[in-house]
Amino acid sequence: MRKEGKRTSVFTRRALLMMGGQLTVLGALGARLYQVQVVEGARYATLADENRISARLIAPPRGRILDRFGVVLGGNRTNWRALLIAEQTEDATATLDTFSRIVPLAEHERARIERDMHRHRRFIPVMVREFLSWEDMARIEVNAPDLPGIVVDVGTSREYPFKDQFAHLIGYVAPPNEADVADDQMLALPGIRVGRAGLEKYHDLSLRGRPGAVQLEVNAVGRVIRELDRQEGTQGQDVGLTIDAGLQQAVLSHLGEESASAVVLDCRNGEVLAMASNPSFDPSLFNSGVSQAQWVEWTSNRRAPLINKATSGLYAPGSTFKMAVALAGLSARAITPGDHINCPGYLDLGDTRFHCWKKYGHGGLDLLGGLKNSCDVYFYEVARRTGIDKVAAMAHRLGLGVAPTIDLPGARSGLIPTREWRMAQGKAWNIGDTIVSGIGQGFIQITPLQLATYTARVATGLAIEPHLTRSLGGVLQHGAKPEDWTSLGLPERDLHLVREGMWLVVNDPSGTAPIAKLPDPRVQLAGKTGSSQVRRVSREMRERGFKSESLPWEFRPHALFVAYAPYDAPRYAVSVVVEHGNAGAAAAAPLARDIMTDVLSRDPANRTEPSGAKLAERGGPAS
Amino acid sequence: MTQRRLIRETSFDITGKLWRINWGYVLLLCLLAAVGYAALYSAAGGAPEPYATKHALRFAFALVLMLGIALIDIRFIARLAWPLYGVSVLLLILVMRMGHVGKGAQRWIDIAGLQMQPSELAKIALVLALAAWFHRASWERMGNPLFLVVPILAVLVPVGLIVKEPNLGTAVITALVGASVFFAAGVRWWKFLLVALPVPFAARLVYDHLHDYQRARIDTFLNPENDPLGAGYNIIQSKIALGSGGMWGKGFLQGTQGHLNFLPEKQTDFIFTMIGEEFGLVGGLATLGLLGLIVLGGMAIALGCRNQFGRLVALGISFNFFMYVFVNIAMVMGVIPVGGVPLPLVSHGGSAMLTVMIGFGVLMSVHVHRDVDFSDGRDDL
Repeated sequence: MRKEGKRTSVFTRRALLMMGGQLTVLGALGARLYQVQVVEGARYATLADENRISARLIAPPRGRILDRFGVVLGGNRTNWRALLIAEQTEDATATLDTFSRIVPLAEHERARIERDMHRHRRFIPVMVREFLSWEDMARIEVNAPDLPGIVVDVGTSREYPFKDQFAHLIGYVAPPNEADVADDQMLALPGIRVGRAGLEKYHDLSLRGRPGAVQLEVNAVGRVIRELDRQEGTQGQDVGLTIDAGLQQAVLSHLGEESASAVVLDCRNGEVLAMASNPSFDPSLFNSGVSQAQWVEWTSNRRAPLINKATSGLYAPGSTFKMAVALAGLSARAITPGDHINCPGYLDLGDTRFHCWKKYGHGGLDLLGGLKNSCDVYFYEVARRTGIDKVAAMAHRLGLGVAPTIDLPGARSGLIPTREWRMAQGKAWNIGDTIVSGIGQGFIQITPLQLATYTARVATGLAIEPHLTRSLGGVLQHGAKPEDWTSLGLPERDLHLVREGMWLVVNDPSGTAPIAKLPDPRVQLAGKTGSSQVRRVSREMRERGFKSESLPWEFRPHALFVAYAPYDAPRYAVSVVVEHGNAGAAAAAPLARDIMTDVLSRDPANRTEPSGAKLAERGGPAS
Repeated sequence: MTQRRLIRETSFDITGKLWRINWGYVLLLCLLAAVGYAALYSAAGGAPEPYATKHALRFAFALVLMLGIALIDIRFIARLAWPLYGVSVLLLILVMRMGHVGKGAQRWIDIAGLQMQPSELAKIALVLALAAWFHRASWERMGNPLFLVVPILAVLVPVGLIVKEPNLGTAVITALVGASVFFAAGVRWWKFLLVALPVPFAARLVYDHLHDYQRARIDTFLNPENDPLGAGYNIIQSKIALGSGGMWGKGFLQGTQGHLNFLPEKQTDFIFTMIGEEFGLVGGLATLGLLGLIVLGGMAIALGCRNQFGRLVALGISFNFFMYVFVNIAMVMGVIPVGGVPLPLVSHGGSAMLTVMIGFGVLMSVHVHRDVDFSDGRDDL
């Protein structure tokens, strides 16, 4: 007989102990099963046969989008609608047949309802028809006993009172797709919309809020017997913008029929007071679905109504770039303010001749003269002496050709070329490329928003970033106060020279844009013109006495103007780009002047109430 | 009592082995799979497609695999224990790197077109490794705390990896399965207390250092009623379905809650609810009894084995199966909040079935080789 080891006996004892434990647990599960199925069984059986516990999500109203004074730019409007809850009817098809005898449903509506019912759980209501008239509502209510599963409730739908005037900023909402619903149960609710573009997209989560839920005990015909539990959701947050709605309207009226964009910034904190892109579109059309014809019209229009030209339009800055070149030259000590450069009307480099816009030249010019006359030869020479990399570094520092930080989807970076960039393309940098960069042509591309940012930075020397969100849920966001922004670290002496040059452009009778002078002599504006070629001007054309006005519209140069005011205490910066508007001085400068006049008279940055009678009442657009 | 003769040959022939297979136990497993077939047939609204036929084919394949494993010499399996453990840890690391992301966690991995959950495999490998370690330990050696360092690390590594997936439920089950082997191997009582006492504090500490989204996940895991349309909805509907089944049930294919789609995941995690609704308390208790017989039968195989390795392996595998049963059934009755554990051999789904049957194969090998000469000569003889 072998001696059983100690560990064997311990094993046997403990295994038996575990078996006892397992039996007890299984017994307890059996007891619980008895409790659920027999003791409470009757109650659950009633719930299953006659009553249903129905959990419903309550969608919080979507947050509103307001301008800086609280004017509603994107809001909600009540919407009476009929919903079908599939779990509350024996035969959903029969219910829908009855419904369409009362309120006719088109074939495609039926198809959509069937699809939605298939997609969602049975307790989730499916939209049958929205925007019901009062008569339809009454007929549905009267026939309620024949319509099991149909509920009428009041929801909200998105409304943009200003129609196309804020379309590129606000963006639009559209019904969620299946991927969205997989991420967030709430989006399965009927009538829910998600932001698809612009600020509606950027702030979608804040605007959306969190859903609440109620657990209802309802009987077989769908009548609510009692509410078992309720969890309140969180409201969607209101988004307060930096925009002044009245100013935006004024800017748009100045742009008129042009394919153009304009940006107004508060120079001291980067708040975007107006951002207009013309032409535009009505964002509420996306809410219900855009027709094919409308879509074709939008996308084939060469003036591109769907594009936000202010943040996504790319243009060569032309002569508006010259302040950046001047600052780069000064900071690299490639020039001094007093250095005179002779302009005979051209600059020869090897066998290439670079022309000045003035055929017989400006003669000898210093920095102020160069800026005032916008002399091309002067800036060819500055760029040549400074080198492209230093010019690019300064431009980047001033906000040109850098990745956008603005709180708006789709903004583009533009491009300020460097040797490294060109090398990455597998090409060598030519000195000729540096020369044309000196007057903002060649590879350089910027957006109108960057132009305004650049102007504001030159005007204040502050590293402001343009932004559109002033408050979220009533809480002021970072960036609203001037203290939130640090200095660019550029020498005040250099900045002052460049500003004086911009002052001369407008206020000196021999400047390039005296037309932009403000009517009120007490306030002075400083600015700079620019025109950017769309097509290279060949020598033969030049010799034939070429006039850009004679070109077809799409080949004419773009007209640009940047400005800030007041000159002695910079507060507002404006950039205007008129597509194919020919000369900056003729097409863009007067617009900038008119816009600046409106900005200064409204003075939105220093007010808490909107100014002027343009808004009939708070909360609505002018009729 | 007649003394069983120790088998001294290094191997005995296939026929002898087949004769020693516990065919009664195999029959129990087939019965359970048949219950699964019926429930899945009903879950599909009274049709063999899309669940039941696949279930039967998978079970047939897994059964052959199980019988194959049962014929492998238990001493050979013991030699493979640590290499297998190493592979399973590697797979766990692999699944973190390149696994499928299913429902917010990386748990699945593709091996030759077969989707696997390495955490399921890891539990069996862990049991084998621990059993191999304790197999060579005398009772005196078991008292030495230093001897426990390696097996404790062997538990912590896979548990830690499974927590990171993150799959907290399976991690806890894995730790408990490991603990069951420790317990049966004779680790002293007070040592378990020593480990168990600081657990709440450690959990709190870990919780405080998690990201917000991880915490939210754990909060939902602990309290699904906060998510009235997710897990909470499932539990409510499950209880209604069970309760409406009553004593005798509504009859096969007569259940309303499952067929009306009130019951979500009725073919996987909530299959027991289908059985309870259609066959009532009687059917539910019968199924529970069948599951209990399989658990206790496994424990009996452990008790009947004459080497420490086989005993511990059989006990660990039975305990693992018991944990599946407990967690799944307690969940559908709303006793515990865990989600995502299927009822093995009944629920639809191939991965769990395969790993469970691999486990039963090893269990059967323990039974077939219960009398082989496989001792370390410490104190058994």
